[in-house]
Amino acid sequence: MPQFRFTTAAIDIPALREALSDPACGGFACFEGWVRDHNEGARVQRLEYEAYEDLAVREGERILAEAVQRFGVARAACVHRLGTLAIGEVAVWVGASSPHRNEAFLACRFIIDEVKHRLPIWKKEHYVSGDSGWVNCERCASAPVHGSAHVHEGAG
Amino acid sequence: MDAPVYGLVLAGGRSTRMRADKAALTYQGQTQLERAMALLKDLVPRAFVSVRADQAADPLRARFARIVDRRENIGPIAGLLAAQSEHPQAAWLVLACDLPLLDRASLQHLLHARDPGRLATAYRSSHDGLPEPLCAIYEPASGGPLVAHLAAGGNCPRKFLLSADVKMLDEPTPRALDNINTPAEYGAAMAALDQPAAPLHVNVQYYALLREQAGRREEALTTNARTAHGLYQELCARYPFSLPVETLRVAVNGDFCDWPAPIKDGDAVVFIPPVAGG
Repeated sequence: MPQFRFTTAAIDIPALREALSDPACGGFACFEGWVRDHNEGARVQRLEYEAYEDLAVREGERILAEAVQRFGVARAACVHRLGTLAIGEVAVWVGASSPHRNEAFLACRFIIDEVKHRLPIWKKEHYVSGDSGWVNCERCASAPVHGSAHVHEGAG
Repeated sequence: MDAPVYGLVLAGGRSTRMRADKAALTYQGQTQLERAMALLKDLVPRAFVSVRADQAADPLRARFARIVDRRENIGPIAGLLAAQSEHPQAAWLVLACDLPLLDRASLQHLLHARDPGRLATAYRSSHDGLPEPLCAIYEPASGGPLVAHLAAGGNCPRKFLLSADVKMLDEPTPRALDNINTPAEYGAAMAALDQPAAPLHVNVQYYALLREQAGRREEALTTNARTAHGLYQELCARYPFSLPVETLRVAVNGDFCDWPAPIKDGDAVVFIPPVAGG
């Protein structure tokens, strides 16, 4: 059964890997998304993740089921962090096991791409400068933001 | 490519129970026919009035492009068949001429949810669960089966839809598809239109940038909006939201939803800013 979930604690990677092990599988691939210390020219100090959890879990389960169906992998899982993360922490973990390696690689790539595009998860970058900004939100805003001291003005 | 959708208002009925031409009944100073054509005007590229041969010169109907029935005494299917003969490449959004409470959101939802791969897309009546044949979209491929239905002795469009491959939608705004057949029902419809629509009570959750700009995570609201799109526009007047509606998605009652879909009393609405997982 594909599994998607959120956690506010550090992701327990050995346990996730163990849960995907399967005697019928000869290949296992995983992807880890890490918190990077810079983005688009700004030095990042930490990240904050927020999600609409009910819908994100439902849609995340759909993505994993799609990956199983499309690529024929035996098992797939994804765990995403919420809350405040420091540089270097694992923000998202994706894993897939299958009889052969190619399907596992393809499934991991598919899952992380869909997770980034489809799940209602938001990321706020806190910069070394003291500014902050919601990724993908601030620049599509057409009008200046009033009444919020938290909006990063200098992104891009 | 999907067939274009043209509009067809059926104004060839005999209005026997009403004892007056239903197309000419007025609501808020406008005839029913004018109301129906005005609703269709912005939603479809072309719209026609379906008439009997003896009505073609009637001044009310003659203001609009008309399609004249080619067969008599087979009920509303005559109008649809005539339209399909005249523009066989088009799908037809067919409207009865006795739906005074029909609103734009219901038509938008029907057009948005249309499945061109089926023979028709129709609302399921909230009264009896049966398809509503006279506020529905008929695809070009429905022409052959309609003719066969008639040849087999059937002239009820509802029975046709029951036997055909149809996409069924839940009825949108309450009462939007109530038709009127008697003077008493006409009076009730006029009264309903003169009353402002009751506001809806909804719960709204905010996330990320919208949460910060609204200054709250959640609230219970009363709204005059009838769609999620309208609700967001109302909220833009209340809060300094900087995200244009085109950049957002919306979820109603826990799952993604189309912007034009109607909202109901008690719905839980979540506006979803551009996402950034991973």
